[in-house]
Amino acid sequence: MTAVAALSEDVSTYLARRARWSPLEIAFWVFAFATIWLFPGKYLILKDTAILALFALSLDLILGFAGILSLGQAAFFGFAGYFTGLAAKYGVINEPVVALVLAGVVAATLGFVTSFLVLRGSDLTRLMVTLGVSLMLGEVANRYSDITGGADGLQGVTIAPILGVFRFDLYGHNGYVYCLIVLFVCFVIARRIVYSPFGLSLRAVKGNSLRASAVGIPVNGRLVAIYTVSAAFAGMAGALLTQTTAFCSLDVFSIDRSADLLLVLIIGGTGYLYGGLIGAVIYRFMQDYISTLTPQYWQFWIGLMLVGIVLVGRERIGGWNEALRAAISRFFARFVSRSATLGAAAPDGG
Amino acid sequence: MPILETIGLEKRFGGIVAAQNVNLAIEQGARHALIGPNGAGKTTVVNLLTGVLKPTAGRIVLEGRDITALEPHQRVRLGMARTFQINQLFLDLTPLETIGLAVSERVGSGGDWWRLVGSKAAVTDEIVEIVERFRLADVMHERTAILPYGKQRLLEIALAFACRPRVLLLDEPAAGVPEAERQELLATIAALPADVTVLLIEHDMDLVFSFADCISVLVNGSLFVDGPPEDIARDPRVKAVYLGEELDA
Amino acid sequence: MLTILFDGIAYGMLLFVLACGLSVTLGLMNFINLAHGAFAMAGGYCSVILVNRMGVPFALGLPIAFLVTALLGGVFERTLYVHVYARSHLDQVLFTIGLVFMSVAGVDYVMGSSQQFVRIPEALQGQFNVFGIGMGKYRLLIIVICGLLTIALQLMLSKTRFGSRLRAAVDDQRVARGLGINVGAVFGITFAFGSGLAGLGGALGAEILGLDPTFPLKYMIYFLIVVTVGGTSSITGPFLASILLGIGDVAGKYYVPKLGAFVIYAIMIVVLILRPQGLFARSAAR
Repeated sequence: MTAVAALSEDVSTYLARRARWSPLEIAFWVFAFATIWLFPGKYLILKDTAILALFALSLDLILGFAGILSLGQAAFFGFAGYFTGLAAKYGVINEPVVALVLAGVVAATLGFVTSFLVLRGSDLTRLMVTLGVSLMLGEVANRYSDITGGADGLQGVTIAPILGVFRFDLYGHNGYVYCLIVLFVCFVIARRIVYSPFGLSLRAVKGNSLRASAVGIPVNGRLVAIYTVSAAFAGMAGALLTQTTAFCSLDVFSIDRSADLLLVLIIGGTGYLYGGLIGAVIYRFMQDYISTLTPQYWQFWIGLMLVGIVLVGRERIGGWNEALRAAISRFFARFVSRSATLGAAAPDGG
Repeated sequence: MPILETIGLEKRFGGIVAAQNVNLAIEQGARHALIGPNGAGKTTVVNLLTGVLKPTAGRIVLEGRDITALEPHQRVRLGMARTFQINQLFLDLTPLETIGLAVSERVGSGGDWWRLVGSKAAVTDEIVEIVERFRLADVMHERTAILPYGKQRLLEIALAFACRPRVLLLDEPAAGVPEAERQELLATIAALPADVTVLLIEHDMDLVFSFADCISVLVNGSLFVDGPPEDIARDPRVKAVYLGEELDA
Repeated sequence: MLTILFDGIAYGMLLFVLACGLSVTLGLMNFINLAHGAFAMAGGYCSVILVNRMGVPFALGLPIAFLVTALLGGVFERTLYVHVYARSHLDQVLFTIGLVFMSVAGVDYVMGSSQQFVRIPEALQGQFNVFGIGMGKYRLLIIVICGLLTIALQLMLSKTRFGSRLRAAVDDQRVARGLGINVGAVFGITFAFGSGLAGLGGALGAEILGLDPTFPLKYMIYFLIVVTVGGTSSITGPFLASILLGIGDVAGKYYVPKLGAFVIYAIMIVVLILRPQGLFARSAAR
């Protein structure tokens, strides 16, 4: 074997190993599914967390991997949410999984159509335009309140059992399992994308879009593609919310929702896929805890947290985050011989 | 027929004329150098050739095909690649990933989202071969940001080379490279395959005269004179331009 | 219809006074301050407390609101904002959204969540009827005050030394510093002044815009629209943008009531698609 061929094989092995599911990742998902049996009283909050996690994942894909600063994911969340609600209310689509997939497609279409808005302009422009679209949809939903229920929300939605068999029960058990499975499937897809040549090209575009195009990467095409996928995920999160609560109201389009999402990603970190998930767990449980302390003013503490996080420095928090992950990985690695870890396996240090 | 030519190329920025009536003709397989004093517009010409800037007038023809309206990434597909005067690299990626990007893109699998990076053996082989050729094997898994400048410069050229261009535009490749690492760099450039046409922009006259078989001189955005190195070296007007003496019409 | 034009202009000029501080901040330090609306709210509530509860005459309440908010702005700038200047836009957005949340919840706690109204003096209530146009007296006052402010701002920017220092710093910070201009001080003063103007706008506008704790969130988007459409490199840009948006919003709400703010969002998106740097900005590399 020539030196080059030997090196090539080494490289192939290295790349394959890097993308393998690390023991920490497997443990994470085992635990996630175990919560179904471990915390039977907490299904509602867990379900909320799963939906938020999927929503945050959608933003991580464009913010953490492609560098698109957006305050408008709520547009896709709400659009698909209303679509699902209306489809169920008027009996157009009677099976939740089908409705979910269609909602994803519908949201993706909206994403594709509006993607050209995020291709040009500065960060501020993108923020404004994405926020504008989201608020605009809110206004439209308000205008057609005879269809959407306006400020009162969409009434009279009934969701059929999943696959015709699993009814959405009062305790939220089936709802939670459903959301968790959807989250997992979407995560696997996102993970595949991130470790693919396409995902690598996104990171290049984020890092240096001038050089990316000088290397033959069709920058705009890639951005449109990931924006569309991200919209689909956000839309599915919105659909899940409507399906598990049998309700949809105007606040799906609010600035609050987009701001909360950013906070989730700040807490969890961007660029390694688990940031949205971990951040969602921490955020949701923290919100729950703070709400019991000060039901009305928890927004104040959220604001304080945002200010605090920025002052301390996201990189520092990111650094602690990474150090923590690395430490946990080393701990795990002692028990398992494989060397790919959650920390090192991340395509981007975040 | 020249492999790359520009016809009446012009670029204005408001009232400023950065390039004017530039008629370049670069022969297939040539080692063509573009020289001129600072601010002459050399990088502007490269930016125009690669599509980063759109000309206000004129045409660019690559292998007989008019590419004036094409986007930068489309020109790369047609076989033109460049390096940047100041390194434009992906600082968070490793050299392996960086070169891998260019190769994947070229073979058309850059947009594959369902495969894992490195799952195509032929592509991996080629990536590794380029890494070896540019002496980056020892640092190929390091983050580009922490590489020494000389290695970064090598990566800069390797990246353009990975696009397997028919025409390679090198914008001051030796700029800022410390003496110790220069030889490696120059040797690498000299070792480029003969079927790749090279347009070199350089200030370093030693490099230019040892490397080029044809030289074009750009002054104040216009093509001043071009020809083989011996003629340029002897031309008193060229010396005058570089030394800043007054020119006669 | 001319009444709508009149109302639109009044609304637009109010928006301008509210938003111009934000425009200068963005242009000067490339800093996205989403909490600008919170200063406006502070001015509004200050006026409410002064006029309604302490019996201060309305005419005096306005300048006091300006001063209080300017002071508030100055203090915040020196203690909090300085730490965030060099950060990325995402960080700035997060930081200022955090401040907004805190201010909204804080004001809710202290002042309650119901809408507040400033007691306007008798003389300013009612309308003039000029050539068949119903001109609200209060709105007329707004136009006059804001018009004078705009002229004063323009004069200050072009005729005073501080104005030229400010313009230099906006144009190129590094060079300005190299010339000995104390950019930090310029920014501190400008930020305080801009916040003060926002406070004045809040006090003036409480009657028209409605004052409650959610004010910063509701109107943040309007200010941002003014700044993105008008650009950040002049006074006239945001001014014209504000007038355009003011008329557009009033006309939109009158002719197509249920679509409400849809009209101005649509205008903003269209403008940003055609000219990402804003309608009136120089296309400088920024």
